[in-house]
Amino acid sequence: MDGIAGRKPALTWAVHLSVALLVALWVLPTLGLFVSSFRTGDQIATSGWWRALGAQEQQLNPIRVKGQEVARDGAFVIEGTLFDAPGATVSRWGTSSREPAAHAPGDTVDLGEGQTLRVDADGAYVLTATASTAGTRLPRVFATATTPPQFTLDNYANVLFSPLAGQSVGQAFLNTLTVAIPATVIPILIAAFAAYALAWMEFPGRALLVAAVVGLLVVPLQLALIPLLDLHNRLGIGKGYLGIWLAHTGFGLPLAIYLLRNYMVGLPRDIIECARVDGATEFQIFTRIILPLSFPALASFAIFQFLWTWNDLLVALVFLGTGNDQQVLTGNLVNLMGSRGGDWEILATSAFVSIFVPLVVFFSMQRFLVRGLLAGSVK
Amino acid sequence: MNPALQALITITVGVGGCVGYFWLSNLVLDRVLFPARGPQAGRNITRANMIRPWLFLFPALVALAVYLAYPVVATAWLSLHRDAGGAREFAGLDNYARMMAEPKFWESMRNNLLWLVVVPALSTAFGLLAAQLTDRIGWGNLAKSLIFMPMAISFVGASVIWKLIYDARPAGQDQIGILNALYLWAGGDAPQQWLQIPFWNSLFLMAVLVWIQAGFAMVILSAALRAIPEETVEAAILDGANPLQIFFRIKVPQIRGTIVVVWTTITITVLKVFDIVLAMTNGQWETQVLANYMYDKFFRAFDVGVGSAAAMVIMALVTPILVWNVRNARREMQ
Repeated sequence: MDGIAGRKPALTWAVHLSVALLVALWVLPTLGLFVSSFRTGDQIATSGWWRALGAQEQQLNPIRVKGQEVARDGAFVIEGTLFDAPGATVSRWGTSSREPAAHAPGDTVDLGEGQTLRVDADGAYVLTATASTAGTRLPRVFATATTPPQFTLDNYANVLFSPLAGQSVGQAFLNTLTVAIPATVIPILIAAFAAYALAWMEFPGRALLVAAVVGLLVVPLQLALIPLLDLHNRLGIGKGYLGIWLAHTGFGLPLAIYLLRNYMVGLPRDIIECARVDGATEFQIFTRIILPLSFPALASFAIFQFLWTWNDLLVALVFLGTGNDQQVLTGNLVNLMGSRGGDWEILATSAFVSIFVPLVVFFSMQRFLVRGLLAGSVK
Repeated sequence: MNPALQALITITVGVGGCVGYFWLSNLVLDRVLFPARGPQAGRNITRANMIRPWLFLFPALVALAVYLAYPVVATAWLSLHRDAGGAREFAGLDNYARMMAEPKFWESMRNNLLWLVVVPALSTAFGLLAAQLTDRIGWGNLAKSLIFMPMAISFVGASVIWKLIYDARPAGQDQIGILNALYLWAGGDAPQQWLQIPFWNSLFLMAVLVWIQAGFAMVILSAALRAIPEETVEAAILDGANPLQIFFRIKVPQIRGTIVVVWTTITITVLKVFDIVLAMTNGQWETQVLANYMYDKFFRAFDVGVGSAAAMVIMALVTPILVWNVRNARREMQ
């Protein structure tokens, strides 16, 4: 239908370009984080992630000379290299923090007390001393070097298994799973029965109940925090997994009932009538006919609820404890932003661990997600 | 007990309990209370059918009542009472008065209103643009997927992502935040602490939510655009309308209803926005919003009265949308 307008080549190109620009705007932020999570802390701190693929000139942390001392021609010599991996090039170097770029590569510098040091462009160094240096502190090298792009998985190993903000992200990951799965499964069944009653059973007050569900759909859960926490404390549930499962179930129900009812109302009346005529009980109709037919709607809601419970911060902050065995990924991430705000290699990696599962769910089940969104908002 | 084991038990008990409840209650109704046989079979079936809907609804109704309806009433009650040594004592509108005397509250209100205007407008606009453009090209579905993707990312995760964008290094060093890098490249004088410039920092926080919500708007508006009858567009083309006229005069008016739905849905999200502000500025540098203000009052100042009053303000702002939604739903039911 846009064919006539779209046939103009200039316009077509403009459309392609604009979409490319939009996509770039929407993907680049995540990409930046993703790339950063594979870089070393030093590299993240000294150059933008968009330059990660190029070689970078940067001043390295001081490196202390070390190695096996050998006696040669009446002098004591230590040979070694500044870099573990080949490919880096030294452009300037020095031996004190006040003059880190005093010398060019290849220079032989007198350090006093009979010691001389030479650093080559490839990072190899030779320390020559007239007396043995055993037992003394060896000099440090301050080098400015161009290093090839480096990518590492160390960040992930570090973040997943070592406790950073009191707990490891790996532990928080398990805690989040523990919250999200029951909180997704339990509301589905409760909502499905209620939705069936609201869609296919005649009883007084049905319209009113549907209206109430629609109303509750938008009630901010902020209102629920204090009264419910109070209630949980009085019931002896306190702060813990049981409390958050119940809370997520309650908060997820309006959307679940609404989505499932809208879907079930659209199922063909004939099937249900026929089953009733054939003597099936309502319970049988529900379990044998309605539930299997409603699978797409059930899947839509399950995805919504899973993403919501996985990504939630507020409910977890209020209804879960803050102990290591209860803190979830989002809470852990907020803590890290406070305590390790400058350590981008840790932040980026933790953030990526926390958004990885939702992204997988999103890309593998996008079809159901879109269907659910459409059923939920377009009438 | 190991939480994973506890979770497994909960799922089993929860699901098993639900299935058991529904099955047993139906069994009792059909076999014991009103068996569909004997002299009163017909009457019994009618009676059973009157009770059954409530059996199906019971668990859901209890959960809704306890977890959503009761808290609204309880929060309203709390907002009218003050803490008097453990007990609650009626305080009239005292909490509201104390809240209104706080500059931070008015700052939150101002910011929230700004959020309410900017975020739905920009998200809908970007969504509409993306929907219209991606529908016309071959790789449109891929583009849609990528623009939709941020919806799966948590607000906290998004905050980390955008904090890296807004990062500032001292002048003279290489910038690692792309915004500052671009700013300096375009001739800016010195790197800026974007999140610490009042007014503008709120806009930078809003960008995060727009980024997340535009995909949602796009998906829904794209479906609405496809549902537009082709004849209307063809007729306009025959009459010599240009693409812009077709879009704004023919298409947009026909999807106005959907635009309103998208707008209100995002509005509700905006009113509850909390994670982004907490994670990025925690309300410093004049970026406070109502939800975070409320959280501050509840869990940092432990002032339940003012916190509840703030929660009621959020509720009041949501109410017009609630009423409008309910009226729409009722109209559809008839």
